[in-house]
Amino acid sequence: MMLEFKDVDYTYHTLSGETTALKGLTFGIERGQFVSVIGPSGCGKTTILSLAAGLLQPTGGTIEREGCDCGYMLQRDALFPWRTVEQNIYLPLEIRGEKSAEAKGKAVALAEKYGLKDFLGKKPKELSGGMRQRVALIRTLAAGAELLLLDEPFSALDYQTRLEVCDDVQAIIKNEHKTALLVTHDISEAIALSDKVIVLSARPAKVVAEHDITFGDGTPKSRRNSGQFAHTFEILRDELGI
Amino acid sequence: MKNVHQYSAGHIAFLKGVRRKKIIIWSARLGLLVALIGLWELCAQLELIDPFVTSSPSRVVATIGELYATGNLFYHIGITLMETLIGFFAAVILGYAIAVALWLSDGARKIFEPYIVVLNALPKIALGPLIIIWMGTGYTAIIFMTIIVSIIVCIMNTLTGFLQVDGTMLTLMRALGANKRQTLTKLVIPASLPQLMNTLKVAVGLAWIGSIMGEYIVSRAGLGYLIVYGGQVFRLDLVMTATIILCALAGAMYAVVALIERIVTK
Repeated sequence: MMLEFKDVDYTYHTLSGETTALKGLTFGIERGQFVSVIGPSGCGKTTILSLAAGLLQPTGGTIEREGCDCGYMLQRDALFPWRTVEQNIYLPLEIRGEKSAEAKGKAVALAEKYGLKDFLGKKPKELSGGMRQRVALIRTLAAGAELLLLDEPFSALDYQTRLEVCDDVQAIIKNEHKTALLVTHDISEAIALSDKVIVLSARPAKVVAEHDITFGDGTPKSRRNSGQFAHTFEILRDELGI
Repeated sequence: MKNVHQYSAGHIAFLKGVRRKKIIIWSARLGLLVALIGLWELCAQLELIDPFVTSSPSRVVATIGELYATGNLFYHIGITLMETLIGFFAAVILGYAIAVALWLSDGARKIFEPYIVVLNALPKIALGPLIIIWMGTGYTAIIFMTIIVSIIVCIMNTLTGFLQVDGTMLTLMRALGANKRQTLTKLVIPASLPQLMNTLKVAVGLAWIGSIMGEYIVSRAGLGYLIVYGGQVFRLDLVMTATIILCALAGAMYAVVALIERIVTK
């Protein structure tokens, strides 16, 4: 298992009281899997990612991670506007104090491999929204992350860009044999991208159902074009209670 | 830069229009200045106003000449400029350092907040007598006044800039495992650069207020001294001259900061 939540509880404390966000949450992700978590809004999806990243500690239960290299991809790309694309990609290396030419070379090679060669010297504002998310992904990968945590990374994009970036990001993650955990409220996105979809209940979040998605050839496009897409969509929708 | 020949006729016309507007605005600005000075001189010459009370451009020029001839012009300018610049840099640098310290520690920020608010609201001139007793009647007192007038705003503005840094970017830094020092140097300081430039602009104005106010309270030289002295002996030519020089200096200092801003935030 790349990541395993065992009976995890998480409680938020604020002055106005305490909120149980997660209660007895159990699920696992195999190495190389692309797993999506869907659930009603406010059910604690982002909490799950923060726990997986180690930014929060569970109140109860255990979280096991194979290795600790996880990269976070956020709703907005969070590229630093004063840095060029190349310097943005180096950011994780700088923070870990890796200044070797080898590490930087690897990062640039990765960027070039995925079509960013001509953009390395540009500032983020000169790039389209889709291109910026690709840079954000390469920044995450260049850090050597094995497990990618994706927090609705497409939700800030317009619909057409979203479809394009969705396919783009999934292809790169698969191609690099990375493991990914995506949280989203978008059912069709979850079906199109994932090997497994986990459905959560409203707060406190528990696992309602897990579905292995096996149809299509693994690409989002083949999934969307498959006859089973609509059927799976309806099942998930019922489980969400919408 | 694209070659002009590659643009369409419509675009060239557009560029021309923009340029023409710019020329009109600049000519109007200069024209207004010339008109005001001309009107002032004319009224004084025709004795519609009493030049003894209002002075006049020609008398100001004569006073500048006189100050220059006696070697006093650059002496007074130099003293005030020195006080303002030392006060300005000390306030900006110290203010920045304090803002960094307050950013690093949430606890310190909360503890000091009410003190900063009160110090900000306090009219600094109230401290005049204390400053004279503590620091004497030399430049030190005036520089100190300049610093206390500007530093609180420097701290508050800089800190606001630090605290306005995008939350997503902070989360990213946390997820990457950055420590506070890295978050400060790699994210917070570069992200708040535009705010720092704003702070500098505000501090220019405040530093001039501080140094002139200081000179009003206690001084033996400087432009503020000339204004007070001129007022006391009823030499309003001197008051006007010093005020006009002050306008020019403050404008020039602001222009320098604006230029630095253009270079830095390009």
